[in-house]
Parts: sequence; structure tokens; C-alpha cells
Amino acid sequence: MSSTTNNAGRLDAVAPAIELSGISKAFGPVQANKDISMTVAKGAIHGIVGENGAGKSTLMSILYGFYKADAGSVKIDGVPTQINDSHDAIAAGIGMVHQHFMLVDNFTVLENVVLGAEEGATLGPSLRKARKELKRLADEYELDVNPDALIEDISVGFQQRVEILKALYRQAEILILDEPTGVLTPDEADHLFRILRNLKEQGKTIVIITHKLREIMDVTDSVSVMRRGEMTKTIATSTTSPEDLAEAMVGRRVLLEVDKKPAVVGETVMQMKGLSVTDVHGVKRLKNVSFELKRGEILGIAGVAGNGQSELLEVISGIGAATSGEVLMHGEAIDVSKHANAELRRKRGISHVPEDRHQRGLVMPFMTWENTAFGYHNEPEYSGKMGLANQHHMKEDAREKMERFDIRPPNPQLVASHFSGGNQQKIVLAREIERNPDVLLIGQPTRGVDIGAIEFIHQQIVNLRDAGKAILLVSVELDEIQALSDRILVMFDGVVQGERLPENTNEGELGLLMAGVDPEANS
Amino acid sequence: MMDFLTNDLLLLSDSAVRNAIPLLLACLAGLYSERAGIFDIGLEGKMLVAAFAAGAFSAIAGMPAYDGGWEMGAWSVWIGLGAAIIASTIFSMIHAFASITLRGNQLISGVAINFFAAGITVLIGQHWFRMGGQTPQLREGQRFEPISLPFAESLKDVPIVGDIYYQLISGHNIIVYFGFIIVALTWWVLYRTRFGLRMRAVGENPGAVDTAGISVVKLRYSALIITGILCGLAGAYLSLGTAAAGFGKDMTAGRGFIALAALIFAKWKPISAMGATLLFGMLEAIGNKYQTLDLGFVVLPGQFMQALPYILTVVILAGFVGKAIPPKAGGEPYVKER
Repeated sequence: MSSTTNNAGRLDAVAPAIELSGISKAFGPVQANKDISMTVAKGAIHGIVGENGAGKSTLMSILYGFYKADAGSVKIDGVPTQINDSHDAIAAGIGMVHQHFMLVDNFTVLENVVLGAEEGATLGPSLRKARKELKRLADEYELDVNPDALIEDISVGFQQRVEILKALYRQAEILILDEPTGVLTPDEADHLFRILRNLKEQGKTIVIITHKLREIMDVTDSVSVMRRGEMTKTIATSTTSPEDLAEAMVGRRVLLEVDKKPAVVGETVMQMKGLSVTDVHGVKRLKNVSFELKRGEILGIAGVAGNGQSELLEVISGIGAATSGEVLMHGEAIDVSKHANAELRRKRGISHVPEDRHQRGLVMPFMTWENTAFGYHNEPEYSGKMGLANQHHMKEDAREKMERFDIRPPNPQLVASHFSGGNQQKIVLAREIERNPDVLLIGQPTRGVDIGAIEFIHQQIVNLRDAGKAILLVSVELDEIQALSDRILVMFDGVVQGERLPENTNEGELGLLMAGVDPEANS
Repeated sequence: MMDFLTNDLLLLSDSAVRNAIPLLLACLAGLYSERAGIFDIGLEGKMLVAAFAAGAFSAIAGMPAYDGGWEMGAWSVWIGLGAAIIASTIFSMIHAFASITLRGNQLISGVAINFFAAGITVLIGQHWFRMGGQTPQLREGQRFEPISLPFAESLKDVPIVGDIYYQLISGHNIIVYFGFIIVALTWWVLYRTRFGLRMRAVGENPGAVDTAGISVVKLRYSALIITGILCGLAGAYLSLGTAAAGFGKDMTAGRGFIALAALIFAKWKPISAMGATLLFGMLEAIGNKYQTLDLGFVVLPGQFMQALPYILTVVILAGFVGKAIPPKAGGEPYVKER
């Protein structure tokens, strides 16, 4: 459709959709963006990659008017544009799909689309117009959503479509998506990419922020890499590789594959028998789940967030109660009732790295030496005279752990919230792994963790396995499950949908299982 | 039986309506505030300053010049009403400034407003009138008089329909009728207008409103201005529209909190708010009419009857009446996340 691509002279004549020059932004002492310049051609899909805290989201939030830049200028379609708030951005034809959706849960799809784009003081005419327009957009871009459904009743995949529809309804020509696939199944992600390619064909410009390099390679035309607030390189996607991008993100060569030997699987350590959990609302979160965990293996639990994995971890780790079923360790039943005690679990050699390290893994305003002892603070080694805590030993112990796990800065007096996501996770890991447990339960080990630290954390998990420990790994990142696991269980809607060996399966099959489809049942 | 219907039930209902009106107005005031995501336990305080301002200014406006009055005659009551709305709105703006602009704790701000109102009304009242915190007895022209609706006198003798019209519907003052109009108006604003959609959204997810290019701050201030006005009406009704005819120390007597309980009971919906406050009004009416109630096997003492509305409040706030889910962003100051 574009005959201009071969004509260099005419191509130059088309102004880029986005032109950022010299953008800087500081939050207090933290320089989130340093003198960033970036150009995105009209009708292109442009990726921005970078580790957590590299400043990707800040940059895009500036473009969307959510934050004000300290310095720099923005041109949209070659026209200098002042963007002071989101209202200006919308007027300039920019739409944004935020990482955490900006939707009102108890509103209908229609109401969410209309919010902020109403015409006139009464709602009737706007709602009627939006209903018609949604139908047209649905047909044009494969964006089917029931306009009268409540947001809280539809899946995250559909919620994301509503966000895209919101932008299109406001006639956005530029669409920014912040980590759009974080909450999607592989199938939903594929659908999203089809939609994006479709939008591109209609001449829309798309900017996609992600830390998943494979997506960048799949879907973008060009890509910019950010590191510590600076834009380190911008390149055509076809001329680069995931390894090069990773190096540009981290500043050194990183191993994207996990280096591990074949597992030496030993005897069964834990047996879960018919575990079920019904929550306070009477919803069954876990339905009759049974499996075994053996020495020397990493058992990966795959699944989209919210399909019972969290409840499973809670029951086994003693945080939550099972409605029915039992857990055996070395053939001996352990308490899974509401009287279960997480401290006793630890004494029996079950360590737990929780999914949500801010809520459950760490006490954010407490110092590192306190955090590295929590959960084990009643152990004799931390006890001093007259029943008081032995602070001296706790600090020394923390210092050693920080050194061994390369936690930076290595100062035990710093509070947990001071550290980056990767270092926070290492603090939790150091505490749990250094206890030399028989079983390690680990949830979302690398959520919000930068690539450099991911490599380290994965290696620690593999080392523990090679030391003959049993590891139960729960992750929503399918790549991670495939890279680490010796055996994979896929959960969907509270049941184990299937069990696979990583060497005999592929992403497509696992994706189907995650969506509740059993590929074998159909064949 | 006929006698019971015409006398007791009608009189009870009539008095229930009168009792319900200040609760209803305060409840709707709270509805605007809380639907916009600002918890408001300062309804009581705002009603109290409004009642005081209404009583004081209506009295002063109606006094003869040699007493320092303004000789406004029949306009006095409206001066009182205006003063009530202004006073209550100022208090509402203090709450807005503390909880929206300064992002303070909304409960603490509300408690502070209640204490401040309780003290300042008596202080100024004593300074102005030297009557121990009371305001002078209001006379004709200084208070709202019952309005006789058309044909009320001639329909009076028609059985049932005439009785209901004469006893229950006709013969209230203007704020009563206004209160019911505001219920319908609130429903329409909330569900059928752009402002209502945005206000409901800002109470659930201010981020969605902000990213849609709408100012969260302006929207919340607007809602709290409406809260101020409605609390002003509620307070003015107490001193200008009831038999009290004047302000008395602590005259709100916990009505702000009962209104809050009614708001939770009504699950933050305007039509239900009317139902809930009428229920409270009826309980108060029963308590007043039957000093003691003989149920045959036990005689309920007067104190118990008087306490009925408060008992229901406790029951509701303790969550015995179903699960009430407040607006999700309520109580949380809005800060753009990093």
C-alpha cells in the first residue's frame, strides 16, 4: 500500500509520527530520563526495551502527559507539541494502554469507553454514538467486546481490548502499550499482535514497551534500548538479535539460556493429595489437586495468574488453609488446616519465597539484617542473652549473605525498600536458601527483576536442585517455566490441566493447556 | 381499624417524614462526597454549623434595628438558609483542602470538623446572644412555615385518599418537598449525566479519570461543594423548619452519623437512601409517640424506644445488614504512581 518506501526522497518528506529530543526527568535524586532523543516513523511498530527502572515507562508517561519533563521537546507529525496533561496528549492523537489498566471495574465497557470523551452534559447521546462506533471498530480490528459487560466480569485479555478501544474511540493515531503481554496467555498475546499489525496496516503508529525480547523480535520494525535512564541504541529489528539487545540492556554479555545438567531425580519428598480451597466468597480456587514432588527436581507450575497457583503455594507453605485434602512430607501428614503454622513448616525444612515479596517476602521499611532473619528469628543462633535478639550476629549474618548473593549496595543497615527489585528478591532468596531446606517453594522468582539478576537467581535455583533438594516453582512467565523445569504442571481454573516434560512439549501446547484446552482430547 | 389508619399510622408517617428530611439531606450530601472517593464523617459537624448559622442569621435578620437587627421581615428565613449553606460549604472546603490538596487522612479531618463545629457554634452563640449557646426563638418570617398544597382543605373529608393528601402530603415546609426533589435529581445526575459518570468513576478508580484527561482534583472539589450545600440545607431544616425554631447546643444529636449509617445501608444509592432515612425517621417517630410499648410479655421502656434509631445505626455499621461495598477509591488520597 505504500509506494513511498522505495523512494528515499519522498520518505524524508513524511514527518516522523513521534520525535522526542533532549527529554530529561528527575524524581528527587533519581534521574529517570537523561537527555533522551527518539524518532518513530509513521506507521511503524516501535519497541522500547530495558530493565525495570531503566526509564521506559517514565518516558512514555511524559509523552502521554502523565508526568511533565524537566527539559526537552516533543514533535508529533513534525509539529512541535506542548503536552501538559493527558488531555493534551489525547488531543494530539496519542492513546496509551497502561500496564495496570485504567478502567473502572463496576462500569460497563461502554461507560469506560465514553468516560472523558462524552459529548454534552447528558450521557444518552454519547452512549448511543459509542455503541455504534464500538461495533464498527470491532469489525475493523478484531476487537470484539460486549459493550454492556461489566469490566469486573471480563478477562484481562478483554479488558486490554477495552483499553485499546478507548484509545481508538478517541481517534488515536499513536498507540503506546506498556508491558501489554504481562497478563496474557500466549494465545491472547498472539491475538493482540494480530490486532497491532492490523492497526499498523491502517497507518497507526505503535510504541510497545516490554522486557520480553522475543516479542520485540516478533512484532516490531525498530527498537530502542534504554539503560539507567539513557537511550543506548536505536536499531532496525531485522538487523539485531535477542543476545545483542540483552547486552545493550544490561551492559554486558548475558546468558539467556539456563545452564543446567540433566536432573538426578531421587525419592518422593512431598505428596499433595486432593487439595481443595474454597475462598471466603464461596468460590472454589483449588479443585482436588494431587501431585508429588521429588528430590533433585524442579517442578514448574505454569498458568495464567489467578488459576489457583497462589492458593496452592499458600496451602503448602502454611499461610492458607485447605478446605479438604492433605499434604504428606516424607510420608507424614502435615497440618493444612487453618491452624497451620508457617514457622513450623520452616522447621520441617520447607522454605518459601512468596510470590509477592513486598507483601509477604519482606517488611519494606525494616533493615536488611532484620529481613534476613525474619521467619527464623526464634532460631537459637539469633538469640542472645536473656531472651533478647542477638543483633550483632544478625548483622554479621546479613553481611555474609549479602556478599554471597551479590546484593548491592552491601549494607545491612539499609531498609528493604531502598533496593532494586532484583536485589530485594536476592535478600529473600538468601534468607530462604541459606537455611539449606529440603523443599523450596518459590513463586514468581523473577517478577520485576532485571535481566542480570534473573541469570543469577536462576542459577541459584538450579544449584539447589543439583544439591538434591526438591523445588516447586510457580511462575506466570512461560519462558521461565520452560527454561528451569524438569517437569511441568499446567493449572487452569483450580485444576491441574495437564502434565508435560519440557523436552516433549512446546509453547503452543502449553499455551492451550493454560487456556483450559486439552490438545490431546481433541486429537 | 379506620381510626388507627387515619390517626395513628398517618400521624406516625407524617412525623417520620419530618424526622427523615434532615437525615435524607445529610445522607445525600454524604453520597456525593463518598461517591467521589472522599469519606466524610464530618456530616455531623457541617450540619451543626449550618443549623447554627441558620438560627443566628435568621434571628439577626429579623430583629428590630434597635436590637442590632436588620429588619428584613419575611426575607429573614432565606438569609438564614443562605448563611447555613455558606457556613457548611466553608467547612466542606476545609475537609476538601485537607483531604484532596494536602492528601491528609480523611477520617481525622472529619473528626476535627465535628469537634470544631461543636465548640465554635456554642462559642460564637454565647458571644452574640448570651443565651448559653442558644439562639433567640424564631418568629414568623424567621422560620419556614408549613405549605398547604392546593385543594388540601377541600379534599380533607374524602376518605383515605383525602386523609393521606391532607395529613401526609400537604402541610410540610418547603425544604421537605425540596428534599424529595433532590433525591430524583441526584439519581438523574448520578446515572444520566457526564458529571455523574465522572464522579462515580473518580470514586472507583481516579487513575482512569486522570488518564482520560479529566482533573481528579476539580471533580472531587465539585462533589464536596455539593456536599456542603446539602449539609447546609439539612442543618437549616433543623433550626428553621422544626418545632425547635432556633438553634440549640448540639442540636444535631448524632444525625450526621445516622445519615452515614443510612448511606451504608442504602449502598450509596439515592433512591435507597430515601428508603433508609424514612426507616430511621419512622423509628424516631415510634420512639416519640409510644413512650413505653407493652408487647404483652414485656414492657419496653421509653429509653429503649428513644434509642431505636441509634440501635439500628450500630446494627448497620456492624455489618449485620448484608455486605455493603463502598466506592473502591474511598479514603485514599490520589497520588500519581511512579
